[in-house]
Amino acid sequence: MNHADHGVLPAEPEKATLEGRNKILGFWLFLGGETVLFGSLFATYLALRTQYVNGPAPHEIFQIELIALATFILLTSSLTSVFAIIGMHRQNFKMMLFWFWITVILGFAFLGLEIFEFVHYYHEGHTLSSSAYGSAFYTLVGFHGGHVLFGVLWISLLLIKNRKGLTVVNAPKFYVASLYWHFIDVVWVFIFTVVYLMGILGGQGGA
Amino acid sequence: MAQHVRPRNTGLWDWITTVDHKKIGILYLVAGGFFFLLGGLEALLMRLQLMYPEQNFFIGATFNELLTMHGTTMIFLAAMPLIFAVMNAVVPLQIGARDVAFPFVNSLGFWLFFSGGVLLNLSWFMGGAPEAGWTAYVPLSGMQFSKTTGVSFYVLGLQIAGIGTLIGGINFLVTIINMRAPGMTFMRMPMFTWTAFITSALILFAFPAITVGLVLLMFDRIFGAVFFNVASGGNVLLWQHLFWIFGHPEVYILILPAFGMISEVISTFAKKRLFGYSAMVFATIVIGFLGFMVWVHHMFTVGLGPVANSLFSIATMLIAVPTGIKIFNWLFTLWGGQIRFTAANLFAVGFIPTFTIGGMTGVMLSVAPADYQYQDSYFVVAHFHYVLVGGMMLGLFAAFYYWWPKMFGKMLNEAMGKWNFWLFFIGFHLTFFPQHFLGLMGMPRRVFTFMGGQQLELGNLISTWGAIIMGVGTLLFLVNVAYTHMKKQPQAPADPWDGRTLEWTIASPAPEYNFAQTPRVRGIDAFWIEKMAGNKGMTPAEPLGPIHMPSPSVLPFIMSIGFFIAGMGFVFNKYLFAIVGLGIVLICMFFRSYKDDEGFHIDVEEIKETEKGARL
Repeated sequence: MNHADHGVLPAEPEKATLEGRNKILGFWLFLGGETVLFGSLFATYLALRTQYVNGPAPHEIFQIELIALATFILLTSSLTSVFAIIGMHRQNFKMMLFWFWITVILGFAFLGLEIFEFVHYYHEGHTLSSSAYGSAFYTLVGFHGGHVLFGVLWISLLLIKNRKGLTVVNAPKFYVASLYWHFIDVVWVFIFTVVYLMGILGGQGGA
Repeated sequence: MAQHVRPRNTGLWDWITTVDHKKIGILYLVAGGFFFLLGGLEALLMRLQLMYPEQNFFIGATFNELLTMHGTTMIFLAAMPLIFAVMNAVVPLQIGARDVAFPFVNSLGFWLFFSGGVLLNLSWFMGGAPEAGWTAYVPLSGMQFSKTTGVSFYVLGLQIAGIGTLIGGINFLVTIINMRAPGMTFMRMPMFTWTAFITSALILFAFPAITVGLVLLMFDRIFGAVFFNVASGGNVLLWQHLFWIFGHPEVYILILPAFGMISEVISTFAKKRLFGYSAMVFATIVIGFLGFMVWVHHMFTVGLGPVANSLFSIATMLIAVPTGIKIFNWLFTLWGGQIRFTAANLFAVGFIPTFTIGGMTGVMLSVAPADYQYQDSYFVVAHFHYVLVGGMMLGLFAAFYYWWPKMFGKMLNEAMGKWNFWLFFIGFHLTFFPQHFLGLMGMPRRVFTFMGGQQLELGNLISTWGAIIMGVGTLLFLVNVAYTHMKKQPQAPADPWDGRTLEWTIASPAPEYNFAQTPRVRGIDAFWIEKMAGNKGMTPAEPLGPIHMPSPSVLPFIMSIGFFIAGMGFVFNKYLFAIVGLGIVLICMFFRSYKDDEGFHIDVEEIKETEKGARL
């Protein structure tokens, strides 16, 4: 706490205390478990990806422009969260706050596009119950969307609470939140490839 | 710094809010013990129904409910928490740590397991228990064939308990990696800590698979998804894969800690260092790794083809190699030792041949063509009870007798403990040994009756009597506990067994802060090294100073109530309740994140006072 009082922080404030190191290691392990979770969801999706018996097929409904925009937004948000952590390591608190807020805004924009996309599909007859493909699609992409929602709420809460400055107590919290955000991004890269690109190619003689 | 006043909670409130790993260990022990008795009662009722041919006590759906709840309760609500009880009580002490890495998460893990378990068992009174077997195979567990809310209780109860187990596992991984005392390198860690470490890693990578499986089943049953509806393109095999990708590592999650427990007990009571320590560590890691490579051996008769079956067959047989290493190392540890047959050591030594039989039938089952004959027969039932009861439960009993003084400060009665062992051991073999032959003679598992005149009578009768004897043995343990805690007896000494590891260097029961001064570790069996060097205790690695402790918190308890309400809401399709429940969870998370826990300090005077009163 003394560091915070005097405005002098160690070089990597997130790793300055045992609590901080525990938090970061624990969070990495948690992400390991999350990898298995999404791995299982991807396996489920791959097993069912051609089973669109009664519902529409992916290449009939996916719009690459919308998905590309969403992907661009989410990948950019990963970059801005890197800027935020650079700000933390430079002990430039304002820079960190600024880039985390940009990250949150991009996250909300991504969610908006995803909700728009889901509503659109719903009207096209692509629902959770329309086919096994529909169930797998909404569960995988929806789990990711749920993670994004949790992430933006979490980072917002951290930003609202910690307005006074960086300390060795709140630095690990920001740090693991940025880890979480990168993880969500990596998962999206796989969703973009496996769900959307392979889905659109599926209509051109693939699958 | 008003936050730093030491909180003093008492009574029930203390137990609800505690974040002390030793108290959480006791909570796990009591709750897990309760569910163990419940699961045991269900088993006895099934055995009574099968005592003679064509009886009518519990038939049809009732028998299926007993069967499902027995398996589910024993695996998820008895075995797992009892292992967590010992891990909580022992691991931080064995590595010379003051606390676990995440005391709050640890408490949350317990309360989630408990609320999941209560939710699952309330199904008995709210529309019927699940009746699709503990494996809940679809389509049997789908809405079409399980119309009651039973399977929904199964799905939600296990989901909630599973989250608790997962975060508990992460806590132990970080504790063991980051919080070992100076000098306690990985290759100096006691064997039980090693197995707890590997088990936690298996939990981390296995539980998310069942989480996904349960999510799919829940979405199918509650939200109208069609994952397992073949007419809509669904695939029922998906469930089997997800279930066993979790389910097989789960078997090793349960047995590895038992390996660790008896390693400690055998080494202490043979008065020898564990034979082949590094080989034991290596074998544990290999078993943990291979545990993820063998799940299809539960699915040999599904028809995945000869290539898949052969590969998984060979991978399964491979596990016999590291397991064999362990068996021989225990024998070599005993060889030439000054063996003391205390109750704990009887259980540990009883473990070795019993588990070997279970392992041997495991190798028999791993031969895919032969498995077509054993599949779904009582042979399989006999096999997995030999490894789970004859393996894990004997290990747990050994652990209870061995570490009871460290957990409670009182010694369990040795004479009663020996009776406990012999009744349980003989009852166990009488129950399950005949079941091998019942299976080979063609008796299918999960049936509620059998016909007379097929030579199945004798085996079933012996089996039921064995179960009754085993039940008496278990009750004797409870009598022993009651007797021990009601009788006035002196506080147990710090080191009652002439122990070898760090937990025996501190008072029984361990003080709140565990170690007044963090010890310096100089090798494997750290305490024994000091004893042999003629030292009275460990050399401290730090001066005596105030000790920082985390504050107790009621949030884990409230969060679990939130999950419980949400679970009920989903089971009965009352989404308002589900939203309220999840809202409570999120609000608790908000408060936890928003308000930093500054904890409190135990000052030097108090530590000195406590240490003076301890009987070292």
